[in-house]
Amino acid sequence: MTAESHQEPADEKTKRRSFLTGALAILCGGLATVPPFGAALWSFFDPLRRSSGAATFLPLTDLTNVPADGQPRQFPVIADRVDAWTGFKAEPIGAVYVKRDEGSDRVEALSATCPHAGCFVELDKAAGCFRCPCHNSSFTLDGGIVAPSPSPRSMDSLECEVSKSGAVSVKWQNFYSGTEEKVARK
Amino acid sequence: MTETQSPDTSSEAHVPASTRGLGNWLDSRTGYRALIQSALYERVPGGARWRYVWGSTLVFAFMTQVVTGLVLWASYSASAQTAWESVYFIQYEMTGGWLLRGIHHVMAQAMIVLLALHVMQVVIDGAYRAPREVNFWLGLVLMTLVLGMALTGYLLPWDQKGYWATRVATNLAGLVPLIGPSIQQLVVGGPDYGHHTLTRFFALHAGFLPATLVLFLVLHLSLFRKHGLHAKQPITQPDAMFWPDQVLKDAVAMLAVMAVVLGVILLPALRAILAGEPIVSGHLGAELGAPADPSEPYAAARPEWYFLFLFQFLKVFEGWGATGEFLGAIVVPGATLGVMFLMPILGQWKLGHRFNVLFTIAILAGAGLLTAMAVHEDYYALWADRSAFADVEKVLDSTGGDSEKIAAALGHDKKKIADFENRRHKLESIRRSEAFLSAVKQAGRDADRAVELAGRPEKIPPTGALSLVRSDPLTQGPRLFAQHCASCHAHVDPSVKGVEREFAKGSAANLFEFGGESWVRGLLDPKQVASAAYFGNTAHSEGDMVSFVSEDFADKEVWKQADKEAVVFALVEEAGLLKGTENTKLVKRGRELIADTDRCGSCHPYGENETELGYAPDLNGWGSTEWVVGIITDPTHQRFYPDTNDRMPRFGVASEGGLPALTSEQIELISRWLRGSWYRPAASEKPGAAAGHP
Ligand code: FES
Repeated sequence: MTAESHQEPADEKTKRRSFLTGALAILCGGLATVPPFGAALWSFFDPLRRSSGAATFLPLTDLTNVPADGQPRQFPVIADRVDAWTGFKAEPIGAVYVKRDEGSDRVEALSATCPHAGCFVELDKAAGCFRCPCHNSSFTLDGGIVAPSPSPRSMDSLECEVSKSGAVSVKWQNFYSGTEEKVARK
Repeated sequence: MTETQSPDTSSEAHVPASTRGLGNWLDSRTGYRALIQSALYERVPGGARWRYVWGSTLVFAFMTQVVTGLVLWASYSASAQTAWESVYFIQYEMTGGWLLRGIHHVMAQAMIVLLALHVMQVVIDGAYRAPREVNFWLGLVLMTLVLGMALTGYLLPWDQKGYWATRVATNLAGLVPLIGPSIQQLVVGGPDYGHHTLTRFFALHAGFLPATLVLFLVLHLSLFRKHGLHAKQPITQPDAMFWPDQVLKDAVAMLAVMAVVLGVILLPALRAILAGEPIVSGHLGAELGAPADPSEPYAAARPEWYFLFLFQFLKVFEGWGATGEFLGAIVVPGATLGVMFLMPILGQWKLGHRFNVLFTIAILAGAGLLTAMAVHEDYYALWADRSAFADVEKVLDSTGGDSEKIAAALGHDKKKIADFENRRHKLESIRRSEAFLSAVKQAGRDADRAVELAGRPEKIPPTGALSLVRSDPLTQGPRLFAQHCASCHAHVDPSVKGVEREFAKGSAANLFEFGGESWVRGLLDPKQVASAAYFGNTAHSEGDMVSFVSEDFADKEVWKQADKEAVVFALVEEAGLLKGTENTKLVKRGRELIADTDRCGSCHPYGENETELGYAPDLNGWGSTEWVVGIITDPTHQRFYPDTNDRMPRFGVASEGGLPALTSEQIELISRWLRGSWYRPAASEKPGAAAGHP
């Protein structure tokens, strides 16, 4: 290499010229690929912009369907749902377990979505507990975690409202799974 | 490789030793330096030239299609209920989707142009000659694959345009002897167009064809490297290396191609800015027509512009029936491709080469000419002056087109007749072109409306956008009206000048804004009630309603102005079309007057009055959707005109074992359209409203 630096200036000139040409070629070629790659990335990341919207109270059932016996009962959550371009009317979008303890007016709701990795938690009536079929997390009928458990937290409780006329509604939300903290998805 | 062999390795001197170490390690494992070396330091005999850029731009165009196509794929859904819908979503709701789709769409067209240029350059330069014959053939295969991808891509949005163009293309494929029908059925995915047409076209477009293309491209490029670049003679410049001179030229050409593509996409935006209109990003780039509908005629059906010459070429064989189509769509294009395959062999002789060049130029010029002809025919009415043919139209009108009568009208003058025939042909071309242009306009309106409906907050129902369009009064109303009602009823704004002529043609009332205030005012206007816009051309022209309006109702003693107003507003309120609240007080009074058996109620049943049904139409809910549905379904029903119905068919009543002329859904669509009840986006929901003006 050192030998080259002692060559004549004319050669230096061609070298500089060819360096500039090369640089310009890379610049032009690079610029030409910006629009397709830019557009591709721009639209590819579109899903990150989307959110499921603010959580709202959805009508669930009537209080008479939730006897005060401390037994959880499963109800579907019905709501209008938008999936990209399709709008679904009054579709089941999830499920909750609702229970009322003996002698209590308070209605409690648990999301059926497992906090571990999102499977559908089942109610094991015989054993008197909740059990997730995926990795065997167990929960008490109050949703409390039964150690040892793959699930890092208790089942997710959902806010409930009972109107004067006895209509039960639930604030439907999804939460991040796998975390100790219960954090609502946006 | 030694230092002396590589012309430009000095850059390595600037690389820190550690990186060089890594580079050396990688090189010893992969030999990448030799690879780059051989890729970049290809000898270009006679130096870099612009005429060699076409192949590189084609590779660039293809890579662009791969990148944009993959991301489009990530959002596309190939089924009859989701293809249009997902493309709508990409185009109108996904960030940057319009640009992504726009680049893919316009670059596809650019690719066709580049392909033509590349073929031309290769043939003119004689680059197909020995030893490069095989590479030329590979190139022809690549060309066919690119055309195949263009053809299959056109269908994927599943809009009217793509759907009808593809129907034609696949039907033509069916003309191939013996195997044609099977080919067609295989491509279409069954005997009918639907889900499997889309899944198959998509698999072809994004799978089979590009995979094959990549394979042939690799072969094409490696043979290109094997034989080296074919230099255009005479060589006047010293040889140079591919890098950097030719690469620069290639890169500049790629950039230019990209700039043109972006220009085509963004030009409408510039135009909008200059015109001071809001820019709707969804309207940029590729069009999206109304959803494909096999039951909806589409007179604007045309293939994409680069296939227009084939479309026009078929017209040459018009009147030859299926043989003509077979010749035009299969034999001639096939023979052309066949000749091209023979080119390398023909090119061995000097004369053969000349023939090849002439042939290529002739084909391209012919295609250009045919394209120009197609465009000229379609857009003829834009520059032809129809009014110059008024006399021809007059003669045609008066003679009904009968050649005997025309000859008589022209005094049997041969020269005049010949001249007349000539101009008549021109007039027909104008009319055809006008029909095409109005179909294009209609297609645009339908597309806009479909997009508007898809953008409702409720979004598209699971049954797809077509069901939205089919149940839209604004889209279907005018069509159904034109088909079933317009032979008797007009539907024109009466305030338009010269509209009386339109009314005179009809035999029933003008239904423009039926049930609205101005319609009711006209009905109760002594000057208008017996005019052609209302009862004038009907059997009721001398009926009791006409005499009531022109005598009693005009009598200022009996009907005070305020009472007349009250009746108007009460009727409009019955129709559910009363706007604002300032007249609601009058409505109550109006209702009493209508029910009054000394006034309207003497003939019309209304409210509590005990007037019997059957003599005059029931005014309960008059003009409401339900009422209009009722009268269209069966005008002879007790509520309407059981004895005095004037020629109006019972559209919703079927004769035994038959089907009614209109289904109840269709009748409802007409009624809702007449009453102006259809979805209108709130100002804030309009796409692009945010970018709009104050
Ligand atoms: S998902 Fe429920 S235990 Fe893993």
